Amino acid sequence: MQTHQYDVVIVGAGGAGMRAALEASTDARTAVISKLYPTRSHTGAAQGGMAAALANVEEDNWEWHTFDTVKGGDYLVDQDAAEILAKEAIDAVLDLEKMGLPFNRTPEGRIDQRRFGGHTRSHGEAAVRRACYAADRTGHMILQTLYQNCVKQNVEFYNEFYVLDLLTDHDLTTEELPDGAEVNATGVVAYDLASGEIHVFQAKAIIFATGGAGKIFKTTSNAHTLTGDGMALAYRRGLPLEDMEFFQFHPTGLAGLGILLSEAARGEGGILRNADGERFMERYAPTIKDLAPRDIVARSMANEVREGRGAGPNKDYVLLDLTHLEPAHIDAKLPDITEFARTYLGVEPYTEPVPVYPTAHYAMGGVPTNVQGEVLRDSHNVVRGLYAAGEVACVSVHGSNRLGTNSLLDINVFGKRSGRAAAAYAKTVDAHLPLPADPAAAVVAQLEDMRSRPDGERVADLRRTLQETMDANAQVFRTGDSLAEAMATIKDLQKRYRNVSVQDKGKLFNTDLLEAIELGFLIDIAEVTVLAALNRKESRGGHYREDFPKRDDVNYMKHTMAYRRPPAASDVADGHIEGYFDHVENLDGYKVVLGSKTVTQTRYEPMERKY
Amino acid sequence: MTAVIEDKGAAAPSALGVVPSFTVTLKIRRFNPEVSDEPTWEEYQVEAHGTDRILDALHKIKWEQDGSLTFRRSCAHGVCGSDAMRINGRNRLACKTLLKDVNPDKPITVEPIKGLPVVKDLVVDMEPFFASYREIMPFLITSGNEPTRERLQSAADHAKFDDTTKCILCAACTSSCPVFWTDGQYFGPAAIVNAHRFIFDSRDEGGQQRLDILNDKEGVWRCRTTFNCTEACPRGIQVTKAIQEVKQAMIRRAF
Ligand SMILES: Cc1cc2nc3c(=O)[nH]c(=O)nc-3n(C[C@H](O)[C@H](O)[C@H](O)COP(=O)(O)OP(=O)(O)OC[C@H]3O[C@@H](n4cnc5c(N)ncnc54)[C@H](O)[C@@H]3O)c2cc1C
Ligand code: SF4
Ligand code: FES
Repeated sequence: MQTHQYDVVIVGAGGAGMRAALEASTDARTAVISKLYPTRSHTGAAQGGMAAALANVEEDNWEWHTFDTVKGGDYLVDQDAAEILAKEAIDAVLDLEKMGLPFNRTPEGRIDQRRFGGHTRSHGEAAVRRACYAADRTGHMILQTLYQNCVKQNVEFYNEFYVLDLLTDHDLTTEELPDGAEVNATGVVAYDLASGEIHVFQAKAIIFATGGAGKIFKTTSNAHTLTGDGMALAYRRGLPLEDMEFFQFHPTGLAGLGILLSEAARGEGGILRNADGERFMERYAPTIKDLAPRDIVARSMANEVREGRGAGPNKDYVLLDLTHLEPAHIDAKLPDITEFARTYLGVEPYTEPVPVYPTAHYAMGGVPTNVQGEVLRDSHNVVRGLYAAGEVACVSVHGSNRLGTNSLLDINVFGKRSGRAAAAYAKTVDAHLPLPADPAAAVVAQLEDMRSRPDGERVADLRRTLQETMDANAQVFRTGDSLAEAMATIKDLQKRYRNVSVQDKGKLFNTDLLEAIELGFLIDIAEVTVLAALNRKESRGGHYREDFPKRDDVNYMKHTMAYRRPPAASDVADGHIEGYFDHVENLDGYKVVLGSKTVTQTRYEPMERKY
Repeated sequence: MTAVIEDKGAAAPSALGVVPSFTVTLKIRRFNPEVSDEPTWEEYQVEAHGTDRILDALHKIKWEQDGSLTFRRSCAHGVCGSDAMRINGRNRLACKTLLKDVNPDKPITVEPIKGLPVVKDLVVDMEPFFASYREIMPFLITSGNEPTRERLQSAADHAKFDDTTKCILCAACTSSCPVFWTDGQYFGPAAIVNAHRFIFDSRDEGGQQRLDILNDKEGVWRCRTTFNCTEACPRGIQVTKAIQEVKQAMIRRAF
């Protein structure tokens, strides 16, 4: 076992992690730990663009952007955070340009902008061009540019290191702390894939930037490695997860595969059609049609299919029509995604419409933070020295449905903020706080147990079962019954997980072992996603309950906060209560208590969401 | 009602109608230093569907037959650069190579990419590759005060280096280069591609320094224009052309 000491340790080297690193490392001794090489992170898969009201091509301003973000999130957005997002967007884009990002340009040589779903002028009048982009590889260019600047600044990386535990000075899974009590994060425990060795990192400040959890679903645009690690680690340590029921299903995944075709395809003029060739979005969102927010488009598509107007031999997808666009335009603006259609489905988008169906895409929920990126341990107390940014976090700027291009923005704005805040905080701490006596004990025991189990069940079998039940029961449409079914399967999988075994018993580069550990994270994230969805008996944004199809502001205009607690703990989630939901689920050895957190409203009164 | 996606057959996208499944044999070069110093070839048979990729077949082996089979992967659609490997003797991304496109009637050979130390099975040590990349100063170099707004760049200037910005650092090119195989010190095509990306960026002022670095004996002049790199590049980057442009820039600057 090796021990390291840093001022700031950042877990994750995607967009959020590296943006934080660029700030923190100028001010504090910083290390970035990542289970992937930084340039392999899934930020690189992002395609369409990053929102900022630069007004380079038409009138626009941050207030319109704030409004769109709040309305797009079906009013569950914290409006103070959304305002910061929209205001700081402009500098975030300009920062990247100055770091070298090759944005597409207008004829005047300025950063070009294009339309994207839900981004409008004058509070919904018409679509506005707000997305800054680099062809359809904007995320790739962000990831490369940030990595390049990390090379320039000599940022220290620990690549292919898996963080498997978070260390704090109080065990929140067993202790019930009074309001205001101080809790500190002190370090993380990591596993070096290449050698199989354990490394303990002691830090004054820690930033979680581990990305999303799309692999709880079968059909997803997310990478195999997006297994919700950071969320699960926080949850296991007794920290709450916020708004986990809100998962975004992106309308246009390649049918059957889930590989994403960016909304930019519709921003550039692509049209969704059903089997009859009808532009069906005209019926669902008469004003902005195909550029309505994703939750609405995804549900409309699923509805077309279930009412029998789906295309294809099984009538189970709809069509994305680009055939009216000039091939040269497609090549300039959408080269990669049209290549995906050719490579993976053998479809030529110049001449044929592309089969598409919603794909699990983005976790709106996550580890709750305030606007400085500080992690909350309940509705208002922070954990000192712990920060989170990017998809792992919930600030909440996305509310119940994220607008396209707002996540690349989020990782830059809140990555930067958390990097700065973490470094500044580290400076105020004189000495590192002591670590627990044997800090790696739990991780070592977990790995040894997994490695030494006799032949049991296969990781892949459990994972498939999990993903299939999530696709079938917790996707675009949900009901109390379907969610209860998913929950029953998850409980069963939790039992079966104790008997999974790995075949690779070696120390070196044991990905078999790590897949087993990642499966554990997935099961935890699915548990909290489904429980939160069961509890929210209304429909809002990405969470659609067929048994409760209306938004219910009276009872549910609140963020969900889910906590794992020992069976004996009180059912009050929050030391001091501001009301909590009614659901407490008893599981094997612990229970999940669903509490709540107030939504911050500043300028905008909730309205019905029409497009 | 919610199960719209679920009733599709396994991995077969219904987009292509009913795709018959077939059996393929993969012959994989395996190496585990914990077990033996020598690599071995092992054969596996897997049941595959029409649109399955090599990566799907490798997953099937790992998940259903032999959990110890080791390879890197993440995005599974050709954008993260994790899974470059030698497939039937050619460098490709496993996630971008459809089984049906590599003649599934014969055993398909899968080996690690060449010229980098093998760590285990299909995993190589990427550090030497990234070290060369870092050496060419892969970041924008500017002087003077930053402008208030963005630096301007015409679409024509942007087009000069657009192709080389697509690089995902997968190493397919570098590890297909015969010069690199015999001389691991050679910068290799990927590093030159990434130097090109900045040398031809109108906003950058570090071109001279980078050209100095690449003028080294392990630099661009070692390239013998075999085009292996261009053929290997999964992003369709005109790698050889980029190297030629860098050579020409050096000549123009008259070293
Ligand atoms: C296909 C696709 C297209 C998209 N397009 C857009 C778009 O056009 N516009 C937009 O705004 N958003 C888009 N998004 C969303 C956006 O790209 C992501 O939400 C965002 O990039 C997430 O960044 P991140 O830094 O939080 O996480 P990631 O980039 O996923 O990085 C996570 C990092 O954490 C590390 N990590 C994870 N677990 C561990 C662990 N246990 N130990 C150590 N390290 C760990 C990983 O190695 C990785 O470095 C898209 C998403 C997808 C999937
Ligand atoms: S140039 Fe092409 S082959 Fe070479 S590293 Fe980049 S993407 Fe891979
Ligand atoms: S897995 Fe990402 S490129 Fe193949």
